[in-house]
Amino acid sequence: MASTSTDIRVQTQEMPESGPETLTFAKALNAALADEMAADPTVVVFGEDVGPLGGVFRITDGLTARFGADRCFDTPLAESGIMGMAVGMAMNGLRPVVEMQFDAFAYPAFEQVVSHVAKMSNRTRGKVKLPLVIRIPYAGGIGGVEHHCDSSEAYYAHTPGLTVVAPATVADAYTLLRDAVRLNDPVVFLEPKKLYWSKETVDLPGLRRAADEALRTGGRVSGGVGTAAVARAGTDATLVAYGPSVSTALAAAAAAEAEGRSLEVIDLRSIVPYDDATVDASVRRTGRAVVIAEAPGFASVASEIAARISERCFHSLAAPVLRVTGFDVPYPAPKLEHWFLPGVDRILDAVDQLQWEEPAPLGSAPAGTGFSGEWR
Amino acid sequence: MTISTGRTPQAAVHADNGADAVTALLPSEVPVRLIGPDGAAQEDSRYPRPSGEALLDAYARLVSGRRINDQANALVRQGRLAVYPSSHGQEACQVAAAAVLEPQDWLFPTYRDSVAVMSRGVDPLQVLTLLRGDWHSGYDPYEHRVAPQATPLATQLLHAVGVAHAAKLKGEDTVVLALCGDGATSEGDFHEALNFAAVFHVPVVFFIQNNEYAISVPLKNQSVAPSLAHKAVGYGMPGERVDGNDVAALLSVLGAAVERARAGGGPALVEAHTYRMQAHTNADDATRYRSAEEVQNWVPRDPLTRARSYLRSLGLLDDRREEALVADAETVAAAMRNGLNTDADPDPMALFEHVYTARTTQLREQAELLRGELERDEASR
Repeated sequence: MASTSTDIRVQTQEMPESGPETLTFAKALNAALADEMAADPTVVVFGEDVGPLGGVFRITDGLTARFGADRCFDTPLAESGIMGMAVGMAMNGLRPVVEMQFDAFAYPAFEQVVSHVAKMSNRTRGKVKLPLVIRIPYAGGIGGVEHHCDSSEAYYAHTPGLTVVAPATVADAYTLLRDAVRLNDPVVFLEPKKLYWSKETVDLPGLRRAADEALRTGGRVSGGVGTAAVARAGTDATLVAYGPSVSTALAAAAAAEAEGRSLEVIDLRSIVPYDDATVDASVRRTGRAVVIAEAPGFASVASEIAARISERCFHSLAAPVLRVTGFDVPYPAPKLEHWFLPGVDRILDAVDQLQWEEPAPLGSAPAGTGFSGEWR
Repeated sequence: MTISTGRTPQAAVHADNGADAVTALLPSEVPVRLIGPDGAAQEDSRYPRPSGEALLDAYARLVSGRRINDQANALVRQGRLAVYPSSHGQEACQVAAAAVLEPQDWLFPTYRDSVAVMSRGVDPLQVLTLLRGDWHSGYDPYEHRVAPQATPLATQLLHAVGVAHAAKLKGEDTVVLALCGDGATSEGDFHEALNFAAVFHVPVVFFIQNNEYAISVPLKNQSVAPSLAHKAVGYGMPGERVDGNDVAALLSVLGAAVERARAGGGPALVEAHTYRMQAHTNADDATRYRSAEEVQNWVPRDPLTRARSYLRSLGLLDDRREEALVADAETVAAAMRNGLNTDADPDPMALFEHVYTARTTQLREQAELLRGELERDEASR
């Protein structure tokens, strides 16, 4: 990093091409960062290996070359340092977007996140806002070694003051990241690693125009942070998922269709703020719900969702709300992750348990979700 | 070493790792002192003594700071403050920390630095909002450029680095003074903050008030470094040691570090050797871990006594002037008493106001729940 003071200059935005194009999830995130940096000279990107290398997942590819080493730079290898420095930079008028290299490597920054990032606005009665984004490549399904596959969303979602976002589609990756940078509150932006290389045909210029328009008018972009999406419409039961589990839920819904069941899939997109209205409307209509997440189920986001649905939709429910989650074990080694992750079969098994005919007798909870009796 | 204005050859230090370059970063053998405990002037060729006027102004703030500490302790005993971590004995550090900064600079204080925050100009009642239990911080950090007082140790040092880095990127003339204690130097964030500050070459002065104790744990159980200031060399920044009860030396050493940072010279670490004359807070019992004799040994080194003796020897302070200063301090104390004798009665509905910029639907529901409870309470009165 140059040691001289340098003005942060507005960069000329590249003219977008028109029409739909095939884009990876990773490229969509990269485009969102580039577009925000081009649109707002106060946006700065930093972290470990995000400079010339472009990040270990290449999400920051080309940003240093295009915007300079003052706008996108490498830091010493210290996550608390990255996070704490981001707090100070946000206090002093910048919009930092920091990268935690992997989910489990974000834990050294946890004190800064919980004690300061989340609390600064409340502590100062709104005088100090921290408009920063914490990007975390997260969750499993890539055969990663230990510490590279954690689903850590519950730690953040449990902390008041944090906004927690987990995109599941290429288009949402772009729109949600741009919206996250625009928010005046800190956002934990969870990027499902297994989706980085997934491709979709999206109208990037259209998405870009919408985000630019929101930025220009100071309004919110449609499909931004805080709104869930109906990823697939259905009538018989609702699958609630977010991030890496949405594609699994969609695969399960496709398989169920072949069996004659119509499953609706809700993609939360934001864990916090949580969109009760969209979820509740779906469950009240279908009368059945299964919540799907990779994280261990105990005291998890999935548990919170199941509890909320049970409290709010009780009289519409034909069956208890079930959860299909990772087991309550540390994330397994690559050769065992298949058995840990919620898969299509386990989801369909749970759907089968939703009391489609006679009410199930007491004590017949679905396999794997009940108590084994060892502690009795 | 001497903290002097101007750019240091950081790159050269890194490249050669030469003995001279390393030596240039090392603190002096003994803490810098410009006024001895007896009030007599001492010379240090590297650091000029501040003018009599500057020292008289500092002394006025010392008198006020001591009175604030005493008054706050009394208010705890009366139940008007929940707790007070006193800086009694460290007032010279408090006053100097505020005095060396310009309005455009930033101060990052700890929970023990209320006097420094007030000396920077923040309303004492707003400072005490935290300690009377009304809210976690009571002042607008942007008004006087003072960060909220930090309770987790050393975390604020990184925020200071961030503010300085942003200032540098934006081309602002801003120096950040970041305070911590001796115990905080054991924390990881202390290390990360100093390393980041040095790597990014940002205008931050780290100021350790080494008061010998982290609650009950003495410094020897905290670190066996030659001094805490010696840690600076490991980061490639200069370190300096100063008598923390000598306001003249503090003003000169801190002032030089601030000016050096302002001129683009990068960060520096200053360690003040002082002593926490009272318990950690009013909830602490210091007799369990240190002797009365040890505390008594520090009484003759009191920062107010030596400044007073020096100013009197110069003829800048007489009884009449001193009485006026005491009266001014009493006015501050009276305002604290009066302000704290009125219950602030914080609004419970404020709980939901600043968690997010826009309240979530969940917080709206919870706010309605609490509003209902409050209305029922009101109706049943």
